[in-house]
Amino acid sequence: MDGTLPRRESAADAAAPVLEVEDLRTVFLTDAGAVRAVDGVSFTVGPGETLGIVGESGSGKSVTALSLMRLLEEPARIVGGTVRFQGRDVLAMSGAELRDWRGDRAAMVFQDPMTGLNPVIRILRQVTEHMVSHGRQTPAKARVRAVELLRRMGVAAPERAAASFPHQFSGGMRQRVMLAIGVANDPVLLIADEPTTALDVTIQAQILDLLGNLNAEFGTAIILISHDLGVIGTVCRRVAVMYAGEVVEEAETAAVLADPRHPYSWALVNAVPRLDSPAGTRLTSIDGAPPDALNPPPACRFLARCPFAISRCGQEHPPLMEVAPGRRARCWVTADGRSLPPPPVAAEAARRELSEDRRPLLEAVGLVKHFPGARRSFFGPRAVVHAVNGVDLRLARGESLGIVGESGCGKSTLARLVTRLHEPTSGRLHFEGRDITHASSAEMRPLRPRLQMVFQDPYASLNPRMRVRDTLAEPLMAHGRASNRVEADRRVLDLMGTVGLKPEWAARFPHEFSGGQRQRISIARALALDPALVVADEPVSALDVNVQAQVLNLMLDLRQRLGLSYLFIAHDLAVVRAFCDRVAVMYLGRIMEEGPAIALFARPLHPYTVALTSAVPEPGRERVILGGEPPSTLALPTGCVFRGRCPVAQPICEEAPPLAEVEAGRRVACHFPGAFEPPRTPGR
Amino acid sequence: MPRYIATRLLAAAAMALLASLVVFLISALVPGDPVLAQLGDILASNPATVAEWRAKWGLDLPLWERYGIFLNGLAHGDLGISIATRRPVLEDIAQYAPATVELATVSFLLTLVIGIPLGIAAAVWRDSWVDSLARAVSLLGVSAPTFWLAFIMLAIFYGGLEWAPGPGRMDPIAFPPEGPTGLFLVDTLLARDWESFWDCAAHLVLPSIVLAAATIGLITRTTRAAMLDSLGQDYVRVSRAKGLKERAIVLRHALPNALVPVVTLGGLAFANLLAGAVMTETVFAWPGLGRYTFRSAAALDFPAIMGITLVVSATYLLVNLLVDLSYAALDPRVRR
Amino acid sequence: MSASTVPPLALPPAMPVPRARWRRRLRRYGPAWLGGGIVLLWVLVALLAPWISPYPPDAQDVVNRLQPPSAAHWLGTDVLGRDVFSRLLHGARLSLLAGFTVVLVGAAIGTTVGIVAAWARGFWDEALMRLTDLVLCFPPIILALAIAAALGIGTQNTILAMLVVWWPKFARLGRALALVQRGQEYVEAATVLGLKPRRILARHILPNTLGPLAVLVTLDLGNAILTFAGLSFLGLGVVPPTPEWGSMVAEGRELVEQWWIAAFPGFAILTVVVGFNFCGDGLRDWLDPRARSR
Repeated sequence: MDGTLPRRESAADAAAPVLEVEDLRTVFLTDAGAVRAVDGVSFTVGPGETLGIVGESGSGKSVTALSLMRLLEEPARIVGGTVRFQGRDVLAMSGAELRDWRGDRAAMVFQDPMTGLNPVIRILRQVTEHMVSHGRQTPAKARVRAVELLRRMGVAAPERAAASFPHQFSGGMRQRVMLAIGVANDPVLLIADEPTTALDVTIQAQILDLLGNLNAEFGTAIILISHDLGVIGTVCRRVAVMYAGEVVEEAETAAVLADPRHPYSWALVNAVPRLDSPAGTRLTSIDGAPPDALNPPPACRFLARCPFAISRCGQEHPPLMEVAPGRRARCWVTADGRSLPPPPVAAEAARRELSEDRRPLLEAVGLVKHFPGARRSFFGPRAVVHAVNGVDLRLARGESLGIVGESGCGKSTLARLVTRLHEPTSGRLHFEGRDITHASSAEMRPLRPRLQMVFQDPYASLNPRMRVRDTLAEPLMAHGRASNRVEADRRVLDLMGTVGLKPEWAARFPHEFSGGQRQRISIARALALDPALVVADEPVSALDVNVQAQVLNLMLDLRQRLGLSYLFIAHDLAVVRAFCDRVAVMYLGRIMEEGPAIALFARPLHPYTVALTSAVPEPGRERVILGGEPPSTLALPTGCVFRGRCPVAQPICEEAPPLAEVEAGRRVACHFPGAFEPPRTPGR
Repeated sequence: MPRYIATRLLAAAAMALLASLVVFLISALVPGDPVLAQLGDILASNPATVAEWRAKWGLDLPLWERYGIFLNGLAHGDLGISIATRRPVLEDIAQYAPATVELATVSFLLTLVIGIPLGIAAAVWRDSWVDSLARAVSLLGVSAPTFWLAFIMLAIFYGGLEWAPGPGRMDPIAFPPEGPTGLFLVDTLLARDWESFWDCAAHLVLPSIVLAAATIGLITRTTRAAMLDSLGQDYVRVSRAKGLKERAIVLRHALPNALVPVVTLGGLAFANLLAGAVMTETVFAWPGLGRYTFRSAAALDFPAIMGITLVVSATYLLVNLLVDLSYAALDPRVRR
Repeated sequence: MSASTVPPLALPPAMPVPRARWRRRLRRYGPAWLGGGIVLLWVLVALLAPWISPYPPDAQDVVNRLQPPSAAHWLGTDVLGRDVFSRLLHGARLSLLAGFTVVLVGAAIGTTVGIVAAWARGFWDEALMRLTDLVLCFPPIILALAIAAALGIGTQNTILAMLVVWWPKFARLGRALALVQRGQEYVEAATVLGLKPRRILARHILPNTLGPLAVLVTLDLGNAILTFAGLSFLGLGVVPPTPEWGSMVAEGRELVEQWWIAAFPGFAILTVVVGFNFCGDGLRDWLDPRARSR
């Protein structure tokens, strides 16, 4: 507490900070005690400033945002500190004052656009109601302004959109509507809580661009909450890094990215692979888990996981100290102004040569999967969902092939076709030389051990009623890999060791594990039968970046030790680039481009790949904002499926281009490969 | 929306036809010979009489032909002759229906007026005394047997306290009103016969409360759960962030969503009302379809039971159709 | 600005103190225990009725007919001078038997049909589900009444009639649960592991289906007992001298002065149904803490 008296100037004082947060403390009152979700957070946001708050799940960043707006619900409670908005004490506001202030001077946009809009109320009323209730507009004027706002936010056909219901829109469109709702009354401050986490990368780029424009054009101050430093870097000048309820570092975003001064920021920055990082580096991950928020350790809360800890760290709780001009960090190591060393670059062995065996492990030719959709009417024909529309794949032994694309591009369906959870509608599928296109489940059974899968959701992919031991022993027993339970249990312990799980956890149920640990169990289960190929469907997308780095490193290790092949499905380009030898880019059920990972991302040839790579939120990257959204899979466009959004489309694109080899090892489905140049990324 | 309505109508019509087949099959495949029941032992011992009788009623024809005849009869409003009253079943039903319609309508209104607000209040002030009250009401409503509740109410408020009038629609010595509708409240109003109107109204109080008890329990419980769910949704948090008044959040944002599951319960509530009507009318000597059903069941008056089943099922189908339509009207997501 | 150790928390006055916690626990788990107690008590009564009732249930004593509750007859006597208390205890047997039979057999048939439909898809799914729809397009009590009337008076026939209208809701539930389960990633994982369908069903699908099913079964037991009592009240459930709660209320329904004849059996029904409701709610909370007290 520095003891300054509250300033009571008028709200019109333009120089006054928009928001001053001082020692904010929020707890969850549980039966076990008070969980300190936000524990002494302070920061200031000036007019028109942009501040990012970054941290892993459970770090308290979202609770901070809700506390600022006083939107907490039982059993959460603010127990200390002050929040001043243009000099007014937010925590002292009465219910009526709070209502007048919220949605008017300060607005908030939430993470999930799919649930944030009321499904039974038309868009128009949802955008206008608080303009009217705050007395900012008459109903008639509010309607005009709402349509104008929707147009500004990039909603196509805003008049028609205003008259529609939310379910008729995609997630990206709904988030635009949410933004229109947020800025309807020209707020001074907009708090956005993970606004793009549920969106695809090209849509994310559009929304982040909008946020940036709002700040630039209207001078709206923005607090952007995200788990992704890259996202924050594209919008926010400053960032506060949160860990275990505390701000551990606050500085300019660019400075944190280049030279983090708190070991946790350091870990965050280095755990994320980048599209321009050198090839073949391992990701940096730190061990351990965040401390128990019921009883946080008395000294430094990061101590147990810190690779740089000194003796003082175990004795004294560090305050947020000025470590450089305009930079504050809560760390004894960097307190004297020093930087943290760059992560050790593991001298990784050169990429292994692929085995001599030139026969492909997996080969798919013209793979197609259609699903029956809803009936259009009582007697009408069923609609057809065109999930996968002619995919050719070749995967050699020991190779890992990445499949990238946005949601709805058919990549998960492809994973389920390859593992024959679905039966292809047409095409050919060979595994280890055998045709398994229409193999029955009995015919598949002997092949299953060689062809395994790891699923996306670490919470849904384990049977909640089976202990880890049983989950792992089940395939061994079923396939006769262990003649009795004792032998199976021994193998189970081996497996758990292989994936880095402690043997004493064998009797636990899945809900007793964290997300990362569960994903290790899933991997162990896939490895139990000594597979040749592991199909991994977004195995790390549900995990925090540090855990993601741990799991990816594990999968890389296993690949080298066991000679596995991976078919790696993901939406995160940098992860795929770091993990895979080759990459195929999917769009609307087709492969647009395929080639060696490093080369493909260094010089994409298909316009879609260009747009996709440029949309990756890395600071300093010049973005190509792709207009529109992928068309519906119910009615496939004729010709090139991308031509509706393609910046270089020509009349000839009405003819579907084949996936043709244009350079050694690189195949592109485009009439004009390389015609659309990626924008020059200014040298950093 | 029109396409959706057409689809639902077609489906309901198909179901109605199938339902008639089921009713026909039940009546045709009754174990125990209807001949024996109708003719009596002495006549039935003469094979010639039996054959003649069978031919007369078409019982010697193949099943599908008999179904055709049955359907044809249905189309002409022929539901057969009641054994007990010796009158056409349809006439009986037409005579008793108004009393039941009157009772059920009042109960239905009671359900809406009490159940929905109570459910909303319980969810908004969760864990308060309103919530406790709502939970007690809904628990007792769905758990108490209607016939017992009817008896208890009668015993307390008529037998014990003498606050309420006894069984029946009116004072036994009063003349029932002559009127076009058969709904006594409406008929007495039309005739401006205030004395009879209040008499009828007073006789309605106990039975309508008893009949409404189960549905109030059901609706309160569902409304409460749906409101709790709705109030926990993200759009409610967004509404708070917009600075809307709590009243507007509850009534304009949470309630319309909560009503969707409540409306889908309409069919079940109607079925409860029907079952309850049989019990309530029996105890309150209410001259409606419910008591007619009770008497027919007690006398094993088979044609009457089948007639009631048909009429009631048709109404039930109609109610479910209405439920589907209002569901679509409330929730834009189900319209196609 | 910040101390060198964790600053103590100034907790608000409304912090949970042990007594409040105890009260919350009671509020959360109390009804479930109470419900369990009631149900257990009635089950014991049903089993032990012949040994614990003071009089035989059908022993007539015309001299002492219509006696109000007294030391000799705790709950009074009925029209024929039978002891209401003894008949009440014996009545528990039939009510519980009918309730358990209808719900357990109905649930077994229904869920099997539903799971088969979900598993088979295509023609069998359509056929079975249309059949379900057909039964569900009748109001349950009316259809049960019609069938019971067609089959004739008697406990077996009434139970049979109730079964006909009872299984469809479990068929729908079973199908929905099976469909949900089939889409679960751990079921897909089991398929990828090459487990046999029978094993997937037994080890992965059924155990995760039983929870929600048990909740519905428990809540439904109350329903079934109510419906059976209702049909008995209408004269279909039992052949007269047999003691049964619904028919006991029917016998006393016109005797407003002798209220004890109808009041106590009806109250017995109420307690059983409340007991099963509490049990079901408790079971649901226990299985899914998020749905607490919805």
